[in-house]
Amino acid sequence: MSLSDNRILRTFAEFRQAGRQTLVPFLTAGYPDLDTTEALLKDFERRGVRICELGIPFSDPIADGPTIQASYTAALNAGVTCSEIFEMVRRYRDGGGQMALAAMVSYSIVFRHGADAYLAEAKQAGFDGLIVPDLPMEEAANMEAMASEAGLANILLIAPTTPPDRRIEIARQSQGFIYYISVAGITGERDALPPATIDAVAELRTQTDTPICVGFGISKPTMVEEVCRVADGAIVGSAIIHRITDAKDGSADDLVEKVGAFVSEMLRPVE
Amino acid sequence: MATKRNKDTSRTGYFGDFGGQFVPETLMTALRELAAEFESAMADEDFKAELDRCLREIGGRPSELYFCKRLTEQLGGGKVYLKREDMNHTGAHKINNTLGQALLALRMGKHRVIAETGAGQHGVATATAAAVFGLECDVYMGTEDMRRQALNVFRMELLGSRVVPVTSGQKTLKDACNEAMRDWMASVEHTHYILGSVTGPHPYPTMVREFQCCIGREARQQMLDVEGRLPNCIVACVGGGSNAAGIFAPMIDDDVKMVGVEAGGRNMSVGGHAAPLCAGEPGVLHGSLSYVLQDADGQTAPVHSISAGLDYPGVGPQHSYWRDTGRVRYTTASDDEALDALVALARAEGIIAALESAHAVAEAMKIAPTMGADEILLINLSGRGDKDCNEIGEILERRGKGFQTGAP
Repeated sequence: MSLSDNRILRTFAEFRQAGRQTLVPFLTAGYPDLDTTEALLKDFERRGVRICELGIPFSDPIADGPTIQASYTAALNAGVTCSEIFEMVRRYRDGGGQMALAAMVSYSIVFRHGADAYLAEAKQAGFDGLIVPDLPMEEAANMEAMASEAGLANILLIAPTTPPDRRIEIARQSQGFIYYISVAGITGERDALPPATIDAVAELRTQTDTPICVGFGISKPTMVEEVCRVADGAIVGSAIIHRITDAKDGSADDLVEKVGAFVSEMLRPVE
Repeated sequence: MATKRNKDTSRTGYFGDFGGQFVPETLMTALRELAAEFESAMADEDFKAELDRCLREIGGRPSELYFCKRLTEQLGGGKVYLKREDMNHTGAHKINNTLGQALLALRMGKHRVIAETGAGQHGVATATAAAVFGLECDVYMGTEDMRRQALNVFRMELLGSRVVPVTSGQKTLKDACNEAMRDWMASVEHTHYILGSVTGPHPYPTMVREFQCCIGREARQQMLDVEGRLPNCIVACVGGGSNAAGIFAPMIDDDVKMVGVEAGGRNMSVGGHAAPLCAGEPGVLHGSLSYVLQDADGQTAPVHSISAGLDYPGVGPQHSYWRDTGRVRYTTASDDEALDALVALARAEGIIAALESAHAVAEAMKIAPTMGADEILLINLSGRGDKDCNEIGEILERRGKGFQTGAP
């Protein structure tokens, strides 16, 4: 299978042609429950989101700050499993869901299932790409080939600490888009982006044709606007999860409305 | 040199299929720099001389080899020796590694160090090295371990370090590792992470083993000096596995049986123990591929051990390799067996072992009676039990085993 009709690649190609940028919201699959995650996916799509990242809850997410960690722990305590997450994605697709979906998943989970089996199942369920945050380029060599084989984009990350030569190599190997980590550190809301981020992304822009999305710390519409001047997309995680946490004790409809309204606000700079 | 059948160096950072660097990209540059710095330091005679001086003057090395006359008689089999790592400064083998890594941190121009700790022994050893070299130091520790090891918390603070309480997960060693790694992700430019065991991403498993190999090199020479030959068998406890790697590696190519003892806890069902080599499967945790206790989805399983230092779901990748090649036999000692062994050793030899090390003593007490009187069994007594006395007292009381009636 090739990646030519992969939703992530197709979507960025469209955006590129239209000269547009995009918002990539992140959701923890199964937080507070899988029905709500599915409802949020549908709501985001109605609001104009084209690409969404789904975090597969993991017991020991070392790249994540307290907000996403707590959502993972809550989802796991509620008993969410990978196969239930795949079923939920399948339901979303069966219901006509068209957003491109990337799974953010620890290599601990992928390895445990067997990479071949996990990738095949993810693709079959309706995922389009894979971000394995604890699988650096050196260890990812087989993953890239296996993901392509399965029809999934293997999305690699570049950090502020990544040296120049290595950035170019990661950019060359990354499929779908490049995930540029805005700060050295863990996920979590921040008031401002480090000034060096914009320059670094602008420089990377001259070195690769692959779309670049910036994540970690983006929590306000002005930050989306700032990032999208140089990047193809802005990834928003903790700011969304924190709003889910705030609303999770009310009704599911209310939660979806509140979180959706925030996503609409964040979408405005790229509409 | 003997054949290297017990080492696999075909891929850098791997031991057979185990090891690797499964960490976020943010840490990759630091790990590469660390690996290069470690390699150059180990080829630098000045660095090695300085490390030897530190081990001698600060660590109190060499540690003694001690013949357990009364315990040997009681067990009625092979001659039992102890490698007395409990006699080191700060009370365990951990100081060997922290002095080495603190010197490396200085060499790299980093002025802050961080560490994770379970029993607190690695935390105290890191805090000590930080005080000696004037480094800023933060130690991550689960709140459950802070409760169990209150004395060590106090020691770290007294030494000028900050103890950062960790309340996520089971609030023990695994969770402290997560938090230390998260800190390092944000502080990597000026901070060195002094990881305390032969676990984690490359180069840690190799580097920590090398810093701990002074145990095995000394023990090997001491056995030759005292007995004119090497022991028939060496026993060491295995949490992450640094004291075991330190005593095994220098004799791995010798004709010596080796046994690693994991925490058998209350029972061998999920959550009842902390024995990944005996009851786990290959998986990825904290940056390396090794045996790990996890569920069918790859989520890390809960663990239990009476000893905070063994209460960890993973293990160093080289141990996984030694397990699969059959070079080292791995087994377990239960909470009760470790406690009984601790009391037995205290009464036979006047030595109060750490609960971690008592797991090795428990296995040794099973092996020694099966050996001939001319055979030698060496136990790596990795730490002393002062830190555990409160906890042991409470447990013995709960079990109705008072000190007067509980003689072995």
